[in-house]
Amino acid sequence: MTTSTGPTVVDFPFRTPEEPLPLSQYASHRQQPGLVQTHLPNGVPVWLVTRHEDVRAVLTHPKISANPDNEGFPNVGETMGVPKQDQIPGWFVGLDSPEHDRFRKVLIPEFTVRRVRELRPAVERTVDERIDAMLAGGNTADLVNDFALPVPSLVISSLLGVPAADRDFFESRTRTLVAIRTSTDEQRATATRQLLRYINRLIVIKDKWRGDDLISRLLSTGQLSHEELSGVLLLLLIAGHETTANNIGLGVVTLLSNPQWIGSDRVVEELLRLHSVADMVALRVAVDDVEIAGQPIRKGEGIVPLIAAANHDTEVFGCPHAFDPERSERRHVAFGYGVHQCLGQNLVRVEMEIAYRRLFERIPTLELAVPMEELAFKYDGILFGLHELPVRW
Amino acid sequence: MRVTVDSERCVGAGQCVLNAPDVFDQDDDGVVLLLRKEPDEQDADAVRAAGDLCPSGSVAVHED
Repeated sequence: MTTSTGPTVVDFPFRTPEEPLPLSQYASHRQQPGLVQTHLPNGVPVWLVTRHEDVRAVLTHPKISANPDNEGFPNVGETMGVPKQDQIPGWFVGLDSPEHDRFRKVLIPEFTVRRVRELRPAVERTVDERIDAMLAGGNTADLVNDFALPVPSLVISSLLGVPAADRDFFESRTRTLVAIRTSTDEQRATATRQLLRYINRLIVIKDKWRGDDLISRLLSTGQLSHEELSGVLLLLLIAGHETTANNIGLGVVTLLSNPQWIGSDRVVEELLRLHSVADMVALRVAVDDVEIAGQPIRKGEGIVPLIAAANHDTEVFGCPHAFDPERSERRHVAFGYGVHQCLGQNLVRVEMEIAYRRLFERIPTLELAVPMEELAFKYDGILFGLHELPVRW
Repeated sequence: MRVTVDSERCVGAGQCVLNAPDVFDQDDDGVVLLLRKEPDEQDADAVRAAGDLCPSGSVAVHED
């Protein structure tokens, strides 16, 4: 495919156990003029974007779309793409402005810095309850399944106003969704259907008996249909669950390797950058002929901005693979960029900060129960993280 | 240093409030609210960071 005049064509960036995070090939892609091209697992050519500046440019370009309905939108494969059932009303990460903005504007008040600060006691309570349960279970635990996954799921369910009695059901179904190694596509589709059905019932109940919760407040705005609202709620749940969990799990591993930073709140931003768990999530397609980094991109061509590549761009972050909470450069794109930048980012920051602080305060002797080389990383998922994290104290 | 904000473009990410809480706030709709058009020198770095981190280009920092 490569010719002397055409773009450089590279292998599709699959994670492998031999490769550190992020893939070393990203560094060489950045050295190429323009953009590099790759082929998706389904054979379709797409553009890979690996420079920080270019990733930002793609994610703010008015003629580059996040809508999977557009011809040429990258479908990264069976288990790695936007699932079909996600194309439901209210799934506004897949909409462009101005349609997207109606949904975002209704939700912004729920995730302001002030509102998230008010959620701190609830987050702290959830974190402490999970630590209580781990301590009651002996002196070992799987920190992913016993802590990192339940915490964000329980925080979201309390935010939505899911009754306490239903939180176990809610948590078990969200857990199935992320168990890519132990659940089948069919089980995940069933769990999604069950969650949607549950959310729909909850909307009907909250519509009759309004309370002090997110669903009731969104209903009171009168801006969204019930169908749109259920899509929005499923999106909040899925977007905020495994992403946060993976950050918590990976963060604990990095802190255990850098114990001098345990107890510092400065670590959160650097951990978000370093791990960049959502490397290949912000997929795009050109809806007109555009140019990025001098590279002409034609209408209908898919674009894959690589978040981990941008966050490890040496032009912006010196020694990017090093964990350095003191670095002054804060321009990471771990939450994306542009109008789709993570709505729940400030909640994630609070969850990470409280999770690390309480874990190490309450279990100061926490350590890995297996050698670092034996940790089971998610090389096969949409998101980077750990399948499990055996710890002891 | 002068700061201007475009509340129409704001997507409520809250980066400005997080970085320079003495200069920016969010109103009840979660949209950017400018507390000081001409920030103090001590806030200058935080305000520059806010301008650079804003994902929607709603915060403009004028060095004049």
